[in-house]
Amino acid sequence: MKYNIIDGVRYTKKHEWARQEGNTAVVGLSDYAQDKLGEIVFVELPDVGAEVEAGKGSAVIESVKAVADLYAPADGTVTEINEELLDQPEVINSDPYGEGWVYKIELKDESQMNELMDKPAYEKFVIEEDEE
Amino acid sequence: MLMSDAKKTPFYEKHVALKGKIVDYSGWLLPVQFSGGLVEEVHDTRKNATIFDVSHMGEVSVEGGDAEEFLQKILVNDISRLKDNAIMYSPVCYPDGGVVDDILVYRITGENYFLVVNAANTEKDYAWFRENVIGDVRLQNLSAGYAQIALQGPNSEAILQQLTDLPLSEMKNYHFEPAVKVSGVDCLVSRTGYTGEDGFEIYCNNDGAVALWDAVWEAGREHGLKPAGLGARDVLRLEAAMPLYGHELSTDITPLQARLDRFVALDKTIDFNGREALLKQKNEGMDRMLYGLEMLERGVPREGYPVNFEGKEIGWVSSGSYSPTLDKFIAMAFLDPEAADRAEEVELMIRTRSYRAKITKLPFYRRKK
Repeated sequence: MKYNIIDGVRYTKKHEWARQEGNTAVVGLSDYAQDKLGEIVFVELPDVGAEVEAGKGSAVIESVKAVADLYAPADGTVTEINEELLDQPEVINSDPYGEGWVYKIELKDESQMNELMDKPAYEKFVIEEDEE
Repeated sequence: MLMSDAKKTPFYEKHVALKGKIVDYSGWLLPVQFSGGLVEEVHDTRKNATIFDVSHMGEVSVEGGDAEEFLQKILVNDISRLKDNAIMYSPVCYPDGGVVDDILVYRITGENYFLVVNAANTEKDYAWFRENVIGDVRLQNLSAGYAQIALQGPNSEAILQQLTDLPLSEMKNYHFEPAVKVSGVDCLVSRTGYTGEDGFEIYCNNDGAVALWDAVWEAGREHGLKPAGLGARDVLRLEAAMPLYGHELSTDITPLQARLDRFVALDKTIDFNGREALLKQKNEGMDRMLYGLEMLERGVPREGYPVNFEGKEIGWVSSGSYSPTLDKFIAMAFLDPEAADRAEEVELMIRTRSYRAKITKLPFYRRKK
C-alpha cells in the first residue's frame, strides 16, 4: 500500500478521517487525500461554535493547483480548530493524522461514527478509487 | 484508467516510468507533476535544470516567395527585421483586435518559416492561416510528426553541450539552429522557453524522440536534471509574467490590454489583421488592462476571482498561484486602469470573504543575468 492508512480512526468516502475521543471527534484529511492534492498552501477553517453537517463542506483545503472541500464526517459543533494550519498548512502533507488535524467537533449522534469505514474497509476503498 | 481519446506523446512511457501524474491537457496525455511535487520542480528549474515534454505544441511551416508578406499580414509584430536563425514572438489577431493565438516565428530563410503555436489552438490557427493565405505561400501543419523537449534552467547549456558539436555559448536568446545533431538525432534547437530561465527547446521527428530524451536525461545526471510537469510550467510562466492564451490573451482580450505593446508594430508599413482596432484602442484607452497582484493576506488567488476597490468590482484575476520562488501568493489580473492606477491596495474576493492585495510591477520574477 503506497498510502498510510492507520488504525484507530474512521474514514469517509471523501477521504476525511475522524478519531473519536468520548463524545468528541478529531477530524482531518487522510494520507491518500493529501497525496492527491499535493503541496497544501492554504486552509480555511470553520469558526469555533459552528455547526457542521455530515457530508457537507466544513473547511477548505487548497494546494497549489486545487481547491478541495473538507466534508464533515458527522453532525456536530466545532469545539476547537487547528490554528497552526493557518501559518503552516503544509503540516497536513507531512503529518496528516497527527499535527495536521483540522478541527474537533462535539458529536451530535455518536452512532454516526459507526457508519464510517474502518482501516480494512478504507484500504479496499482506496485501491478501488486508485484504479478508476 | 484514463478513459479518453487523448493522444500520447512519444514520451508518454517515460512519464509513467518516472511516476508522473498524468492528465488530459488539450487532448494530450501529459504529466501535471512528478513525485517530487510541483514546488520542488519550480525550485529545480530555477536552480539546476528540468526537462519538460512540450510535444503537444503545434508546428506549422510557411514557405514560398510571399511567405514574409503573408506573415506580415497575419502577425501584429514586424518580422521584416527578423534575420535568418532568429525568432520573434507575436500575437496573431482577428480584425477586431481579439487574439487568435500567440506564437513563435522561426525564420529559417526569407522564404521558409517555422511557426510554433499553442496546442489547443493548432487546428483553429491552421484554418485561420489558410483563410488568409496569399500568392506564393505553402502551409503545412507539421504538428503530428514533431516531438518537443524543453530543457530549462541555469544548467541547461552544460547538459545540452555534452550532446552536440554546436557551440551553444554562441547561441543567443531567441535564436536557433534548424539542423543540429543532438546525440545523433536530427533536431532543431532554439534558445527559448516559457519559464523565465535560460534554456532550450529541442524539436525532432517522433521517431528520434525517445533516443533524444534518453540522451538528455543521461547528460543531465550530474547536473541535477529533474523532470517537470505542466503544473510547474504554469507557475514558472506566471512568476515570469508570460501570458497564457485563454488567460491573458483571448478573442476578448487584445495584446494591448495584456501590455504586449512591444510586440505590436502599429507602425508597420504593411496593413495587418487587427491594426485599425488596435490603433483605435491605443488612442481611446482601455477599460481593462493587465496588472500584477501580490496578496497581503494568506489566500490563493485563482482565475476568475473578482477584484474590488472602494466597494466596486474593477476586474478579475486571469492567473494566480502560490509562487514557490518568491514564497508569496501572486496573480495577474485585468483591472480598470482608472481605479488601479490610484489604488495601492485592492480586495480580492475568495469565496465568501475579501482578502487584501497590493498592485505590483510585472514580472514578479526576473532571473539574474
